[in-house]
Amino acid sequence: MSDTVSNKTDERVKEMSSFRRALIRPELGGIVGTIAVFVFFLAIASDSGMFSSQGVLNWSVVSAQFMIIAVGACLLMIAGEFDLSVGSMIGFAGMLIAIFGVTLGWPMWIAILLTFAICIAIGALNGIICIRTGLPSFIVTLAFLFILRGFTIFLPQTIERKTIIGGIREAAEGDWLGAVFGGKILTGTFRWLGEIGVIEVFERGNRAGEPVVDGIPMLIVWALGLVIFGHVLLTKTRFGNWIFAAGGDAEAARNSGVPVNRVKILMFMFTAFCATVFATCQVMEFGSAGADRGLLKEFEAIIAVVIGGALLTGGYGSVLGAALGALIFGVVQQGLFFAGVESSLFRVFLGVILLGAVILNTYIRRMITGER
Amino acid sequence: MNTRTEHAPIIEMRNIEKHFGAVIALAGVSFDVYPGECHCLLGDNGAGKSTFIKTMSGVHKPTKGEIIFNGKPMHFENPRDAMEAGIATVHQHLAMIPLMSVSRNFFMGNEPVKKVLGINFFDREHADRVTMEAMRKMGINLRGPDQAVGTLSGGERQTVAISRAVHFGAKVLILDEPTSALGVRQTSNVLATIDKVRKEGVAVVFITHNVRHALAVGDRFTVLNRGQTLGTAQRGQITPEELQDLMAGGQELATLEGSLGGTV
Repeated sequence: MSDTVSNKTDERVKEMSSFRRALIRPELGGIVGTIAVFVFFLAIASDSGMFSSQGVLNWSVVSAQFMIIAVGACLLMIAGEFDLSVGSMIGFAGMLIAIFGVTLGWPMWIAILLTFAICIAIGALNGIICIRTGLPSFIVTLAFLFILRGFTIFLPQTIERKTIIGGIREAAEGDWLGAVFGGKILTGTFRWLGEIGVIEVFERGNRAGEPVVDGIPMLIVWALGLVIFGHVLLTKTRFGNWIFAAGGDAEAARNSGVPVNRVKILMFMFTAFCATVFATCQVMEFGSAGADRGLLKEFEAIIAVVIGGALLTGGYGSVLGAALGALIFGVVQQGLFFAGVESSLFRVFLGVILLGAVILNTYIRRMITGER
Repeated sequence: MNTRTEHAPIIEMRNIEKHFGAVIALAGVSFDVYPGECHCLLGDNGAGKSTFIKTMSGVHKPTKGEIIFNGKPMHFENPRDAMEAGIATVHQHLAMIPLMSVSRNFFMGNEPVKKVLGINFFDREHADRVTMEAMRKMGINLRGPDQAVGTLSGGERQTVAISRAVHFGAKVLILDEPTSALGVRQTSNVLATIDKVRKEGVAVVFITHNVRHALAVGDRFTVLNRGQTLGTAQRGQITPEELQDLMAGGQELATLEGSLGGTV
């Protein structure tokens, strides 16, 4: 047997330079984009307060919001499916929390847990319909985009005769689960940082002497936690391999014994979970739920994922890339504001960077699969 | 020449019949294969080869007839049952995912895990090592275990699929036209792989309609025509011409051959 083993390399396989090898990774677009965006804003907006502690917190929070929904959208896209109902799900989940917690006056933790259960069940329903009917998830979740948005407007109007329900902050006062989504951590550390002069403190007013940034919002903690969870799940577990396989070629994966249907349905549920986390953090922060919350978020999530190097056709992508995509998104959106640029240009930027990312991704995929 | 006289067949199909409504796809086919043997199943399009191997791999249940696996009668309810018993099918397509690395493909559905802090993690190191080892054995030099399957040639992909099936304990390996879409060089690689696998004691069922590919590696040859066995021949007892005639049902090809000057 061993005499047939040859160790010489195939002369037709060109040695790959380490540079080219480094290029072939899904996060490339995200890394390049992040560097470019930071260089750009350091150059034009460094004196605008964008990189003061308050400024950093500002764009970090916005980026973290994008990250939370991007993680779900990323794993789902790699598994080969879309969810266009994310934005409506955000509005719907926030409204449910308000109805349960404020209108019905139930304890906030019950309202939150019940909302999570309902939304994850709707995510599962999305997945089951896609799997059972074989219809593209694009259409099925587009239907849910309208269904959920409709209910988000209908429910508060019928119950309260208005489309915004307030009073959530008061209702969540002292609630343990409310604090998990709306609280802040490391407040002591930030107070100390303010005292030793690392970050600015308020000079006047009733908060004089307190640091301008008094802690890290739980929203950011959730975002980082979900990114780490998603990344580990995707790259370090067998379930992660199934996600890639389900999106790469469902039929081949089934032939190899991968439970493709279960993987896809679970990813729909995870996407719904992420949307609900977003919604809960948002209503805790604003103190109200509005019928128009989460508009267009599904597309922003998908754009962040694509900037992060995932293929729209599934089977390839990276959670870290998606997180960088979300960071680019947040930094640019807030950075243009700091730089005093007309905010409508943000959409122009969005379109341009989306196009650039898709073209780059296609090129990288060709390098990976050796297509020409 | 062959080793089959020493032991019993690993799988024996007796008088298999399969009807789809009014259509009789298989009308009593008998077939067996011994460990370490390559039994070629030949037949023209529509001869019933696909139906027959699908019966063997648990996709179809036979209308009549018995399947005896390892000396015991077997009833496969689904392909999973057959797979667990050690019957692996390598399809020409739908086996590999181009965007995934060779090692991720190799262990797809059978990922090794290691526990860290009580959580099961995909043991990539183990997977990479085993994959490189298995590929070297089959004569494929990878740039690394993270090389995407998409960069491999069709023949190499077949080889990866075959060595994957063998690694996960296939006792019977059904190869569904593994060479039909390949070039000359790639075909010879796949045939060499079949030879290596056979020498490890795996029973190989090699489906093809190319007589030359069959003769290159086959120990026995069974020809199917219109859902029936036209006979089984030992290696060395049959010429390529006879085999070809059998496959085409004899006469038609003989006349065709005349007009083509014996080039088919």
